[in-house]
Amino acid sequence: MSAMVMVGAGHAAGQAAATLRQAGYEGELIILGDESHPPYQRPPLSKQYLSGEHGLEKVYLRPEKFYADRNIDLRTDTSVIKIDPANKSVTTSGGNTIDYEKLLIATGSRPRKLGIEGSDLEGVHYLRTIADVDVISTAMKSATNVCIVGGGYIGLEVASVAVVSGLQVNVLEMEERILQRVTTPEMSEFYHDLHTGRGVAIHVNTACSGFEGDGHVERVVCGETSIDTDLVIVGIGIIPNTELASDAGLTCDNGIVVDDHCVTSDPNIFAAGDCTNHPNPILDRRLRLESVPNAMEQARTAAANMAGGDKSYAAVPWFWSDQYELKLQMVGFSSDGDVQVVRGNKATNKFAVFYISNGAIVAVDAINSPREFMIAKQLYGKQVDVSQLADVNFDLKNLLQK
Amino acid sequence: MPKVTFIEHNGTEHVIEGDIGDSLMSLATGNLVPGIDADCGGECSCATCHCIVDDAWIEKAGQLSETEESMLDLNPDRESNSRLSCQIPLTEELDGIVVQLPEFQY
Repeated sequence: MSAMVMVGAGHAAGQAAATLRQAGYEGELIILGDESHPPYQRPPLSKQYLSGEHGLEKVYLRPEKFYADRNIDLRTDTSVIKIDPANKSVTTSGGNTIDYEKLLIATGSRPRKLGIEGSDLEGVHYLRTIADVDVISTAMKSATNVCIVGGGYIGLEVASVAVVSGLQVNVLEMEERILQRVTTPEMSEFYHDLHTGRGVAIHVNTACSGFEGDGHVERVVCGETSIDTDLVIVGIGIIPNTELASDAGLTCDNGIVVDDHCVTSDPNIFAAGDCTNHPNPILDRRLRLESVPNAMEQARTAAANMAGGDKSYAAVPWFWSDQYELKLQMVGFSSDGDVQVVRGNKATNKFAVFYISNGAIVAVDAINSPREFMIAKQLYGKQVDVSQLADVNFDLKNLLQK
Repeated sequence: MPKVTFIEHNGTEHVIEGDIGDSLMSLATGNLVPGIDADCGGECSCATCHCIVDDAWIEKAGQLSETEESMLDLNPDRESNSRLSCQIPLTEELDGIVVQLPEFQY
């Protein structure tokens, strides 16, 4: 017996299984996931699922019955504890050994934990899974003061949901500005002003040193000062889940190292999603990306190659974040640009910043500006006339050639 | 249950029954219809679920939001009856709707 086996049941595993079936692969297909749910979308967890706008069925990537209908053996609540490349098998925590023909490691990532005093008090949460959000959204109903540790996209999305639902919200950021790791000072300032304008208190240069309370968190301590709180959500980044791969002897270096076919250092083992360190031929460098579109595209690539195809990964990274009524869509990395071109008016919350390097578009941050996002996605790396980009009366459609 | 006919770029037809309220996008991905990528999962954030609604159905499929219109406007394959399939929820009225899928999603 030999099967296509997926370790992990997130975006990448779900998409890879679907792609294999779509491509006509009819053999055994097994998904091993340690959560209780079928593959689901994580982006809505800090947005519409947290706010209650979307129920579970909208969060699942495909309906629960899809897997049985397509003869995909989805095993939830099943952790893999070991990969044995020599025998082409994996072992689960329940002691089962499952043989594979080809294996996909799609283990994703986990929240980075705060190792400070009081971290284990009740009311201190991380946000990564449906189970996390179920607990957080219940806690939000009875909370008054929410403290968010970390001013990244997840934290700020949660801040927007929490303040809109009437809670007092404090955001603690240890760096000198929110979003420091991922965006420019100008965009950080824009989002800082947006949130403070809606009533969120943002504290920069503020490192959290501990949590205090009697069983349940009551205060966040930041050096000499403290902030009263009854709910803490920590969003300080993620760590790729590479341990299974490294224990199996696969090459890992800031992620599981794969080639452009999503193959690891073992030819029968593939990897896709947040856990990979992969080459991007368009950006001409290796990356590890925390990104759904990347997980989906790598999964399609891996699945095609697992089935004996010859597909290379080459995609421009893009991201999105929803905060309040603002839709931020990003292409590429603003740090790759050396010139900024603003199109539109920041004061109207509808503008885009193009980032240019050697005359070519290398990134965009588009706020309520889907046209600018679409143009950057299509013209990535192409030479542009920056005066046209900056001119809101110039129709961007003129830049497209079919 | 309303029926939807998806026609791939190569002419292959897929006739699928869906529940009221399902989006055409989720119907396509949940039934392995090729040609709909749906990278953002239905948030009108990526434009990779582009479809072309048969003329007879375009009015019943409803109005485009400003965001959807903007996303489609810069799609090189855009036609007058283009829609993002994540933005079309299935209704009784749409029983029998026919949509074409483009060769590429951008």
